[in-house]
Amino acid sequence: MTFADLILMRQELMLTILALLVLILDIGILHKRKNIIPIAIIVFGTITLAGFLPASTGTLFGGMYRTNPMLVSMKSILNLGMFIVLLQSVRWLRTDDQTKRSSEFLILIFSTLIGMDFMISSGDFLMFYIGLELATIPATALAAFNKSNNNSAEAGIKFIFSSALSSGILLFGISIIYGTTGSLYFSEIAALFGNSSLQMLGFVFFVSGMGFKITLVPFHLWTADVYEGSPVNITAYLSVISKGAAVFIFVILLYKVFGVIEKTWENVLYILATVTMTVANLFAIRQQNLKRFLAFSSIAQAGFIMLGIMGADQAGMTSVVYFMLVYVFTNLAAFGVVSAIYLESGKETIASYNGLYRTNPRLSLAMMLALFSLAGIPPVAGFFGKFFLFASAASKGYYVLVLIAVLNATISLYYYLRVVKAMFIDKNDSPIPYFKSDTPTRIGLIICVSGVFLLGFMGFVYEYFFKWTVEF
Amino acid sequence: MSILWIFILIPVFTISAIIITPDHKSARVVSACGMFLQLLMSVILLFMYLSERNSGNTAEILFYTDHVWFPTLNIHFTTGVDGIAVAMIMLTSTVVFAGIFASWEMEDLAREFYISLIVLASGVFGFFISLDLFTMFLFYEVAVIPMYLLIGIWGSGPKEYSAMKLTMMLMGGSALLLVGILGIYFNSGGGSGQHTFNILEIGKTHIPAAAQRYFFPFTFVGFGVLGALFPLHTWSPDGHASAPTAVSMLHAGVLMKLGGYGCFRVAMYLMPQAANEMAWIFIILTTVSVVYGAFGAVWQKDLKYINAYSSVSHCGLVIFALLMMNKTSMDGAIIQMISHGLMTALFFALIGMIYGRTHTRQIDEMGGLMKVIPFISVAYVIAGLASLGLPGLSGFVAEMTIFVGAFQHPDLFHRVAILVVTTSIVITAVYILRVVGILLLGPVKNEHFQHLGDAKWYEKLSAGSLIVAIAGIGIAPLWLSDVIAGSLGPFVTRLTQVVAGF
Repeated sequence: MTFADLILMRQELMLTILALLVLILDIGILHKRKNIIPIAIIVFGTITLAGFLPASTGTLFGGMYRTNPMLVSMKSILNLGMFIVLLQSVRWLRTDDQTKRSSEFLILIFSTLIGMDFMISSGDFLMFYIGLELATIPATALAAFNKSNNNSAEAGIKFIFSSALSSGILLFGISIIYGTTGSLYFSEIAALFGNSSLQMLGFVFFVSGMGFKITLVPFHLWTADVYEGSPVNITAYLSVISKGAAVFIFVILLYKVFGVIEKTWENVLYILATVTMTVANLFAIRQQNLKRFLAFSSIAQAGFIMLGIMGADQAGMTSVVYFMLVYVFTNLAAFGVVSAIYLESGKETIASYNGLYRTNPRLSLAMMLALFSLAGIPPVAGFFGKFFLFASAASKGYYVLVLIAVLNATISLYYYLRVVKAMFIDKNDSPIPYFKSDTPTRIGLIICVSGVFLLGFMGFVYEYFFKWTVEF
Repeated sequence: MSILWIFILIPVFTISAIIITPDHKSARVVSACGMFLQLLMSVILLFMYLSERNSGNTAEILFYTDHVWFPTLNIHFTTGVDGIAVAMIMLTSTVVFAGIFASWEMEDLAREFYISLIVLASGVFGFFISLDLFTMFLFYEVAVIPMYLLIGIWGSGPKEYSAMKLTMMLMGGSALLLVGILGIYFNSGGGSGQHTFNILEIGKTHIPAAAQRYFFPFTFVGFGVLGALFPLHTWSPDGHASAPTAVSMLHAGVLMKLGGYGCFRVAMYLMPQAANEMAWIFIILTTVSVVYGAFGAVWQKDLKYINAYSSVSHCGLVIFALLMMNKTSMDGAIIQMISHGLMTALFFALIGMIYGRTHTRQIDEMGGLMKVIPFISVAYVIAGLASLGLPGLSGFVAEMTIFVGAFQHPDLFHRVAILVVTTSIVITAVYILRVVGILLLGPVKNEHFQHLGDAKWYEKLSAGSLIVAIAGIGIAPLWLSDVIAGSLGPFVTRLTQVVAGF
């Protein structure tokens, strides 16, 4: 293994080193334990920046690991999201219950990221599965991180059960595919994949397993409870980073491995997208708790992403990656506000946000921008993201689906406006009093809001992704 | 850098300036200055446009600029205006300017109010200057969404219900529109594989007839929702009644015109064959709009509802005239847009002033206002007379042109439709004169009203600027007609050529 090989997998290596570094610092080299958090964040920020360096294409371990600029960009998007999540978590990690466990948190969350990176870079189903498990199991521990809280424990146990089940189904699908093609390598399977019914069965199991991870209806039932029970920063992490990684690998596999049966999976996604958007939107209307609300909203967004995937060409791939970048900024802005307010006042229902604008105008504005972006209102970035997704589906002639999707976007605007109404219009005798949120949270929110504001006007970002989708 | 960009930049700078103002007094001065500058720029634009035309420039679009935004999807930021757009920009800047002064006494969250109002206005300006379907759609939505906050926060009555109803219906309309736009995009390019959003480019080729039939209804109805096309007009009375004064002015005066403008610039111009085939459906619907809106206004007792239904009727007439598809009636349609924009804005401004004094909008609770607030009352009568089409004011010019144009169709169907539509003139006279009689004439019913003060300087400025424009169009209609008619050529040619090709 030469130095050039190491450079190829630099993101995974650096993350591993960082995780180990946190472990070593935790043993007692540092005088004060709480300094681990800033050190970890700064190092991680550097790694995130390093991800934007020019990347090259190559394979390692006999084709099990592969990398190219597109995959590196995907990892960078996840890193960026993770960086914002970490910034938003600082305050929570400094609360009395958590101070001693902050390094535990950091190691868990970094190892999930390592798993996701390996999953995205996988060249065969074994590496894919290992990466997936490495990404999932620590995540369940994170969901149960509030040990003293029943809801958090419940979330953890629900999460581990449902992900174990879904992994099992996925693995079953993979084994059927292996049985019929005799290979685990993506490139070889793609050549051997046909229309035999056994292979179809394998494909169905594969889609079902991925459906759990991406939270597509009808595989979404775990989502709302887990999102509600987990600590708010973990919810943000689950709904953005975890889901983002699953979406990325889903696109890659559909295009790369199952490209032969494109018509089939387009029909499957057609139905899944319709059901996902509609059901999630109808449920979201009734939610009172903001975390549950954002959970259903993120399920609906997953439905919209399916439209982009259905383009099945370079533009489709680009629209998905671009939307995920937008989604990272948008959803983390919303969660940043929810987390800041929860940590300050312990409130997380929509009704408790009544009159928030009069006391905390900046947080309300950030929240409003995020919600508008989720709903796809211009000029914020969500509009562009959604437009490209819809254009991608329309390019294949799925106009009816696009109509269903836009009408769903209108329904979603209804419930996003409910929160806006609470903050700006509804009167409240005892609104959440003014408070100054901590510096890391504010930095995180500034990054998110400027991303939401500016991304749409920077056409070159889209072009950058488009250029590299040639050789994903 | 083109002069048209200034129409986006001025609002942006005004908003930035409002953010740093300390209180509501300076905020309103800043917004008034910004919008005055905007008005000035639109006058300059008009003269630049006229001098270009006089010097023999016969291009379809003037001040054309083109900047690539997303190269791979061929999305551009393309701007340019023809006479119609110039006229609409003039209308918009006049109404926004008057709107700022009509909401001069805003104190509760005043800065936020002016910012939302100017965001709305910048969406409208952007819509009128852009020639690219993507940017057009973007600005269209920018113009719609601030309405929710404007009505929800500063409105009156069942404001939350109205705001949500309005937003949902308009966004539902834009959902149809998005499908239509994507359909146009993927069928553009004449088989070359290079799709485009540029209206001029698409206008040079022909979209396949099957695609036209599929996407024309989406696009037309999508814009039609904003143009209060029956039966999708129901957001309009509730929305207007609950909205604060300036918002009603801007919305009825300008935003509803986006609907009619989009209907003909996008739907009819780009898909002429389907437009000809399906015109009969929409002629029936708009005929219903016109008559039903007028009757609706007769029934109402709330001043704002009367005016909102009257807007449904007048905006229906705009789309009706467009569907007649000849030069005279389309000319009339554009003049009607401008005329209705000005007079409905004047109406809403005056209703706001009356409500601010009497604290009621029910006409039977008031009476004899002419004696106590003469300026407002006289202005109200002028607006009313313009609305019922008195010669010398803008309404007459518009309606006359429309009916003359429409009568050029010799067949029975068109004749019947036109006869039905012309009855609206009478019904309009009924509801206008009824309101004037109850509201302004007779004895003063309520003794509390004896000591009401007449209009203040800013209210006079607001109403005055609109009256001048209304009378100006009425007295010298050829000015406006010249600016518009010169640009209608390509539209009429395209729409009638297809008819000949059947």
